[in-house]
Formats: sequence, structure tokens, C-alpha cells
Amino acid sequence: MAQTFLDSNELVLNMGPQHPSTHGVLRVILKLDGERVNGTECVIGYLHRGVEKIAESRTYQMFAPYVDRMDYVAAVSNGLGYVLAVERLINAEAPPRAQVARVILTELNRIASHLLWLGTHALDVGAITPLFYTLREREEVLKIFENYCGARLTTHAFRIGGLQYELYDGFEAEVNAFCDWFIPKIDEYEELLTNNRIWKDRLVGVGILNAADCKRYGVTGPVLRAAGVKWDLRKAQPYSGYEQYDFEIPVGTNADTYDRYLVRMEEMRQSIRIVRQAVAAIPDGPIMAKVAKVLKPPVGEAYVSIEAPKGELGYFVVSDGTINPYRVRVRPPSLINLQALDQMVKGALVADVVAIIGTLDIVLGEIDR
Amino acid sequence: MKNLLKKIFLVDLVQGLWVTFRNQHPKHIYTEQYPIERPKVAERYRGAPRLNINPDNGETLCISCDLCAKACPENLIVVTSVRNEQTKRKDLTTFTYDTSRCMFCGLCEDACPVDALELTQDFELASYTREGLIWDRQMLEEGPRPTRYTS
Repeated sequence: MAQTFLDSNELVLNMGPQHPSTHGVLRVILKLDGERVNGTECVIGYLHRGVEKIAESRTYQMFAPYVDRMDYVAAVSNGLGYVLAVERLINAEAPPRAQVARVILTELNRIASHLLWLGTHALDVGAITPLFYTLREREEVLKIFENYCGARLTTHAFRIGGLQYELYDGFEAEVNAFCDWFIPKIDEYEELLTNNRIWKDRLVGVGILNAADCKRYGVTGPVLRAAGVKWDLRKAQPYSGYEQYDFEIPVGTNADTYDRYLVRMEEMRQSIRIVRQAVAAIPDGPIMAKVAKVLKPPVGEAYVSIEAPKGELGYFVVSDGTINPYRVRVRPPSLINLQALDQMVKGALVADVVAIIGTLDIVLGEIDR
Repeated sequence: MKNLLKKIFLVDLVQGLWVTFRNQHPKHIYTEQYPIERPKVAERYRGAPRLNINPDNGETLCISCDLCAKACPENLIVVTSVRNEQTKRKDLTTFTYDTSRCMFCGLCEDACPVDALELTQDFELASYTREGLIWDRQMLEEGPRPTRYTS
């Protein structure tokens, strides 16, 4: 009805790039009609560092630490994707012991990533308390990383052909202790949030993206699974020995923000299950396959995609036979999930935009690269 | 009916506050009192670089092979040497390491064949000038000496 007495009823509002709820330097141009959002436009590129171009002037081993800087919340998953792509290019495979260690570290990283997501998402929606608890638990995961490879965030844990560092003494005990300690903590978050009336009011029915739209946009990860599609690359095309582990893919039904929260909570439990199975069966043996010090892969290309915490993370590496890759292309899950923002936000309230950006679990380092 | 009672007695609020109450206990406090209590970093921590010397005679372990400089993705290590005609080996003259560009990936210490270059547990690398971040051989051998504001 606003149209009847106002010439223009559309208000253009810039959200970001310095807005704390956009999880980085994302600028969202909102077209508002009162409190309703008519449309959005995302402006990205504020964190562009030219990582893909840097790869062309580095050797294959040298580029490995750079991929940690894309999705810095899940650096280990990024490293795994790149390392697997180069290993496919040179036809090498990591020894079993290295593969199991990779699975343990990647799953721990998935937990760390989801914990940071949960804390910040709850903070965006208005619940401050979970952030303190999730960061406390994430600290324990980071301590395991620090003990293993000497860095907490940008880990550079894996090398092409296996691992650089042998598992330290007491690794199994520490990881098992973490698993036992962590399961009650998930229940604690659920106690705080799952039945909380405000939490449900803010999330149920907000930002619906049904399965057909998910597939149209190419959305992957927990957002797709919350729409009821049972698609997980760890099951669909197992890599690094994921076929040995027994775990379930949690799926949602309503495809809304609340279901995505439930899916991610269940994913953390499943990750703990995988970690427990993997730690119980670490084989002995070497941790590094025979890989040349100066890598000169044959002319060709390789694409490997893995299930990162945020969705399908793909690496496409092209070799021209020299020591530098000809091209490294990354398929970041955050970028492709962000495309669906416009559709999810349409018709929602301004306050819901924050919740919807939070539920997509984007990391701007990965979007802009 | 049950839902209404839950709403009247604020069950979800009490549930949430109970979690907060449980976490009040002092043993759950995680904050590190950093300058007073210095954190103990892991044994493998990748911090400040160090050029190891032989503790017996004080000579450097570095054989000037230049492998660390070749392995570095950021090209921040510069090694110069002169050929010693008596021993037929290269003697290290200067070793420069630019910590301002370093991302502490650890590739240089992996490349070192004699364990001369190492990333250590020192983590206080701040400097007042940009030049102060470029470490020469003497600084690499002695290690950083950050100002301690607490005893």
C-alpha cells in the first residue's frame, strides 16, 4: 500500500563490507520495501589475493601453504583437496597410515569449522552464550593441530605423497579424550538452542531453499542436505579411504535455516564417529610415498573434489610438464552457495538476512581467493 | 496444554540458564593471562626461525647449500657464501631471512639437509620498524629478544 502515497518505495541499503554479520568483507546491497527485502546484490572481491595466479609461478609443493589461506577456518580440508589433486596428476597414492591420519585431521577440522559456524551464527541471531562455549571446544581441536604440525590455523599439515610429520606420542589418547569430552558438549549446545523459543522463532521457516533450487544453483554441503538430498562426496565418491568408515549422512526435511542447524549438529556427531573408528585402526608403516623432490607431472589435468565442511571443494590442476602448474582452478563451496542468497532472502525481513548469511556458512577468503 | 505450561513456566529459559550456571565453575575458565602467564606452545611449533650453531665450537651448521632459499615459496631467504680453497667447501658469509613476508609454512626447515635452519617456539616477533623484521645471520643465531614487561 506504500505505493499509493509515496513516489518511490524502494530503499537501497548497503550492508557491509564492514558489517560484522557478513563474516568478512562481503557487501550486500539490499533493496528494501520497509522491512521487506525485495532483492539483493552481492559485491565480492574485497579479499581478492590472486591465489590461483600465484600458483602459476610456484612449484607444486610451494603452492600447498597458500591453499590454507583460502578457507582459513577449514585449512586442513583445503590442503587435502589440493594434495589429492596433485597426487592424481602424478599417479601417486599416500600410504595407508597417512590416509588414516588425514581422515582424522580433516574430520577434526570439520568439527572446528562447524563450531565456529555455530558460535557466530548464534551470535548473529542474538544468542551470545554459545559462542564462548564453542570457541572453548574449538581451542581443543586447535591444540591437537598445534601439537601435530606446529600451527593452529594455517596448518600446512599434508604434503604431496603423504605427511611430513609423524603422529606424535599420545596422539591417539589425546584425540580419544577429545571425543569423549566433546559429545556431552554438543548436548549442551542443543540444550541451549534446539528448544529455545527465540532461536526457533528466528530460524524456523526462514531462508527456505528447496532441493530443486539447490540443484539449479549447484549448492552443496549442509545446505543441500537440509533440503533432503542425501548427497555427500565422502559416500558418493570416497577419497582417502572414507569407504572404510561407518557413518550416516544427516538430512533435513524443511530446507530452512533451522534444519541446516540440525544437520550440522548431527554432522559433528558423525565426525566424532569417524574419528573414533579411524583412531582405533591406525596402521603402521611409512607416512610418505615415493615422490620426487622436484615434481614434474606429465602433461595432463586432474580434478578432485572433496566434501569440505562447507560443501563440495574441488581442485582442478593442469600440468604442462614443467615444475610449475599451468593452471590451478578452485571450486569453492562458499562462492557457489552464496549465489543462492538472493533467492533465499527475497521476501524476508532485514533481520533475517543476517540469519540467512550465517546459515550459508561462507568464508570470504574462499569466495574472493 | 503441555506447551502452554512450558511457556508459562519458561522451561526453555531455565534450561539455558542451567547450562550457564554449570559453566560458572572456576575450573572452566579458559582465558590465558598472556603477559603474566606465558603460554606453552607445542614442541613442533613453527615460530621464529633460528640458524643453529655447533655448541662445541660456535661454528654455524649451515653448509650454504641454498636449498632453503630454493624451497621458500616467498623467496625471502638470501644466502651468500665464499669458496674456501683449503677445505674445498663453501663458507657462509651472510644469511638474510625476511620474517615480515614469512608465512611459517615450514618448507625451509624440511629442505635443510643438516638441520641448521629451524623454526622455533619463539612467537613474539613484533618490531617497531620494517627493517627490524629482516633478520641477519647474527639475529638468526641468537634468536629474538622481545621486551618483557613483566618479571
